[in-house]
Parts: sequence; C-alpha cells; structure tokens
Amino acid sequence: MMSIGLSALDWLIIAIYFAFILGLGYYLKRFTKNQEDFFMAGRKNSAWVAGLAFLSANLGALELLGMTGNTFKYGMYVAHFYWIGAIPAMLFLGIYMMPFYYSSRIHSVPGYLKLRFDEKTRVLNGISFAVMTVLVSGINLYAMALVLHTFLGWNWDISMWVSAGTVAVYVTMSGLLSAIFTEIVQFFLIWFGLFLVSILGVIEIGGVNEVFARVPEAYNTLWSTSGDASQNGMAITWGGIVLGLGFVLSFGYWTTDFLVVQRAFSAKDLRAARMTPIIASFFKMAVPFIVIIAGLVAYILAHDPSTGFALLQDGGQVNYDSALPLLIARYYPEGLIGLGITALLAGFMAGQAGNVSAFNTVWTYDIYKALIKKDASDEHLLWMGRVTTIVGIIISVGTAYWAKSFPSIMDYMQAIFSWVNAPLFATMLLGMFVVWITPAGAFWGLIAGMGSSFLMFLAAKFQWVDGSIFTLSDHASDMAINFWRAWWAWLICFVVTILISLVTKKKPREELVGLVKGLTAETHDTGMPFLRRPAFYGLLSFIVLVILNIIYW
Amino acid sequence: MKPIWYFVGILLLVLGVLVLGAGIIDLMSGELPGTVLADLHPRVWWGGIMTVAGILFLLFNRKTVA
Repeated sequence: MMSIGLSALDWLIIAIYFAFILGLGYYLKRFTKNQEDFFMAGRKNSAWVAGLAFLSANLGALELLGMTGNTFKYGMYVAHFYWIGAIPAMLFLGIYMMPFYYSSRIHSVPGYLKLRFDEKTRVLNGISFAVMTVLVSGINLYAMALVLHTFLGWNWDISMWVSAGTVAVYVTMSGLLSAIFTEIVQFFLIWFGLFLVSILGVIEIGGVNEVFARVPEAYNTLWSTSGDASQNGMAITWGGIVLGLGFVLSFGYWTTDFLVVQRAFSAKDLRAARMTPIIASFFKMAVPFIVIIAGLVAYILAHDPSTGFALLQDGGQVNYDSALPLLIARYYPEGLIGLGITALLAGFMAGQAGNVSAFNTVWTYDIYKALIKKDASDEHLLWMGRVTTIVGIIISVGTAYWAKSFPSIMDYMQAIFSWVNAPLFATMLLGMFVVWITPAGAFWGLIAGMGSSFLMFLAAKFQWVDGSIFTLSDHASDMAINFWRAWWAWLICFVVTILISLVTKKKPREELVGLVKGLTAETHDTGMPFLRRPAFYGLLSFIVLVILNIIYW
Repeated sequence: MKPIWYFVGILLLVLGVLVLGAGIIDLMSGELPGTVLADLHPRVWWGGIMTVAGILFLLFNRKTVA
C-alpha cells in the first residue's frame, strides 16, 4: 500500500481546517438555545445558505471518491447521477412538493406522514430512515478512513474514530446550525481543493476534446449507446436509467430523504425553501466537472503505460475509489496536497454531519417523542438531540466495517436507497397529490414496497434468480439490477397503496387541508413578479439540463 | 452572528496565502517539486485565486446579521 509523506505545510493546512470547524461549532453554540435552533437551525436561513447546504449534505464520500471511481469503471454514464438522476427531482421538490412540506411546519419528513396519514406510518418511516441513515453514515466513515490510510498510512481504525469524533463534537455543540455552516465552508473547500485536479488533468492529456477522443465510445457518451446494454460501460439500457435512476431513485432520494430536505426546512420563508433545491440544482449540474473529468483522466492515464499511473489493488481487486486520491498525489505539490486532502475530508465530513443531524432529528421527534416520552420538554429534547448525535456516530462506526466488504461504495449506496427511499416516494407522491389515499393504504404499501425491495436485494445478491429477471435484459450489472429493483419496489408500493386505499377508511377532508394538492389554496406565487418566482428559475435549470444532455448525447 | 460567507472568506484567505506563499518560495528558488506539470506553478495562480476570493468574501460580508 502506498503512503505519501506530508510536509509541515500540509499538516498545518489540515490542522487549520480541523481547528476552524471545531471553532465554528463552538462559536455557533451560543446561538443554539432551544430545540428549534438545534434541529431546524432557527428557520432563519436564506435560500442561498440552505441551497448550498442542501447540495453539500449530499457532497460526501459518495460524490467524490465513489463517483470518480465509478467514472473509471463505468464511463460517462455516471453523469446521469448528476443530471437526469438529480435535477428533475430537485426541481419537482422545489416547485410542487415544498409548499406542502414547509407550510405544515413539520420538523421532519416522517412528521408529514403523521399529519397526512397516521402515527404508525410515521414511526415505520422514522425507524427505517434512522437505520438507513446510520448505514449510509458508515460509508462516509469508511471513505474517510480510506483516504487517511491511503495518503498518510494511518491505522484504518484510528483514523475512522478520529474523523467521526470531530464530526460528533461540532454537531453536538450546535446541531443543524453548525452542520449547515460547515457544509457551506466544505462546499467551497471542495471546489478550491479538487477542481484543480480536473484542470491539470485536462492540461496533461491535451485538452477536453483529447480527453473524450481517448476513451472508448461506450465511455464518453450519455445516451447514444443506451439502446443496447452491451454497448455501454454500465451495462444498462435507457429504460433502467430513466425509470430506475431518473424517476424512482432520484425522486425517492431528493424529494423524501430527510437528510437533504431538512436543509430546506431551515429556510426563513416558503419562497426561500422552494428556491433551496432549485439553487442547488445549478451547482449539482457542475459537480461532474470535478468527478467525471477526473475519472476519465484517470482512465486514460491508467491505460497508457508510459504515464506510470495505476489504481491501487485491494485484496486482488482494483480499488476504483483510489482514482481521485492518486490524481491528487500526481499533480499536487506541497501545500496543495494538504488542501486536496482537506477538501476530501471536508466532503466526507459534510456527508457525515448531514447524516447525523438528520438522524438525531428523526430519532428525537419521530421515535423518542412519538413513542417513548410524549410530554418531553424543550430542554429535554435539546439534550436528547445531543446524546443521539454521539450515539448515532458510534453506531455508524460499526456499519463502516460492513461497508468494507462491498466492491464499490456506489453499488452499496444504491442498494440501501432502494430499500427505503424508492417505496417512500410512491407513498409521498400519492399522499400529496391524491386525496382518497388512506392511512392503511400508505402503511401496507410501504411495508410491501420495502419488503419486496429487500427480498429482491437478497435474491440478486445470493443469485437465487438470474439478474436479467429484474433488468429485462441479458446484460445485468450490479448497478443495472439496483436501478431496476428500485423501479419494481416503487411500483409494488404504488399499486398496493392504491388497492388497499380503495377498500379502507379515508381521513376526513378537513384534516387534509394544507397537506394535499386540490384541498389547499395555492397562493404562494400570487402577486410575485415573474422573475422572482421559483418556477422561473426551475425552468432555467431545466433548460441547462436539456442542453447538457444534448451536448454529451 | 457573522454571516457564513464571512467565515468562508477567512478560511479561503488563510489557506490561499499559505499555498501562494509556498508557490512563490519555490518560484524564487528556481527548484521545481517532483509532481507532474510542476512547471506550471499551480500553487502560485491557484493560491492567488483563493486569496482574492477570500478577500472579496470578507469585504462584502463584514456586517453582523440577525
């Protein structure tokens, strides 16, 4: 295993970053006086603050190491995760769903389920979200430890605990407020620390056109090879991309995952909350200029023996996630190395902080207060939030060891998302837009969707059935199976929810005002100039998305 | 409370000055580090960009907000 020695300057930069975020957490502690401050950051953030935090909470280990590694493995198809696999869902959240979320003044997504359906649906989602969050959190920890181990030769276990401990300290001090502040700092660090890798990589290869010219067609297009799964690096057809990733997984994550939606809840008013995912969408579309370009550069270098560039081997298997750290080592001299490592750490910590701040909120409101201590005081809930932060970090450390056994971080992440988020999106969609959906329909639909997704996961993993049964194609990569599994889980939840709703008791319509489209007066844009309306900026974002897909078709 | 952009400015300025300084020292000594494309002196222009960005963030976000 390679290990890069750091200079005193690199160490100084890393130390400054750690001291800075801990100091920021300490500074913000004085502004965290009650549960609303700790869990909702006081609901005072502007659209820009909430928007960058919305994106940054997702800009963790997955985005940086995982996506660069996956670009090396699958080619440019990975850009689908940023474009069709994110933008339509983010715009849908901002334009159509946010009025129902924000106006009901809930603390969490499960809180909406309580108002729209009933307590048992809320608790079911609260528990499944909490479990999912600590699992995802484990991935972040794993990635952090990998970087520290790869670059510094640190002990895997010690580096993981050190990183986790830092996040625990600053989130415990000031909750969502410190998580959001550090996420925004991390957003800038990631761009200043990692975009230079892509710039220097493109310069070394000889320009952007040369980069695309030197990778196979299966690796440098978005759609033109999607008609036949055998013709593209990801071994998937356009149907799987559109239905599995673009519709179910993307909408399931961006519109219902409390980790990201929580940032919008912290906005100061409804317009700011609606603008939160729309602003984030523009920056989301730009992230491939770091990870996709870096992944393609790594692919070209690794296939040219004269460069001396090769990915690490881990237990006889290629470690795709080492692509980005190795590029940093290739291009960055003293000082920039420290900045690059700091940027990676910042990305990991953003994801970690996001997970733990969402976890402590859902646990406190949707499990602890709902089931265990219904009359908890403001002070008690604040205390519980802090305790849960520490407990959540400890649990996620345990899950990190499980994450190590999977060949790729991204495949693992998709597996988890499709257990929980894919069916939940069907429940939310029906709940927000169809009045006659009943509490029993929602609950049993969720059970059916989550259960079937888990069964399909086991069936694919242990090869009880051939993967082509899910993908409707002879070529079935792990990624393709994950996409299609999400689609089937969503469909099962959708159908079961409707069928049971047809024969079970409906909630009185007066209890659904403000929660369901059609029963709610939508006056939020009344009198607002066209150029200030969220829909206008959503349209702009969508046009950029279409242009990008045409350019790289 | 100081706005978040103020803290972004502090960090970018501090780190930018450190990176820029290291680049200038190398430039003056005439010795190149052993990394690929070191002759482009990335620390000088990238550290410079960070420093300027940090200063701009600080200049425009000095006021305390509610």
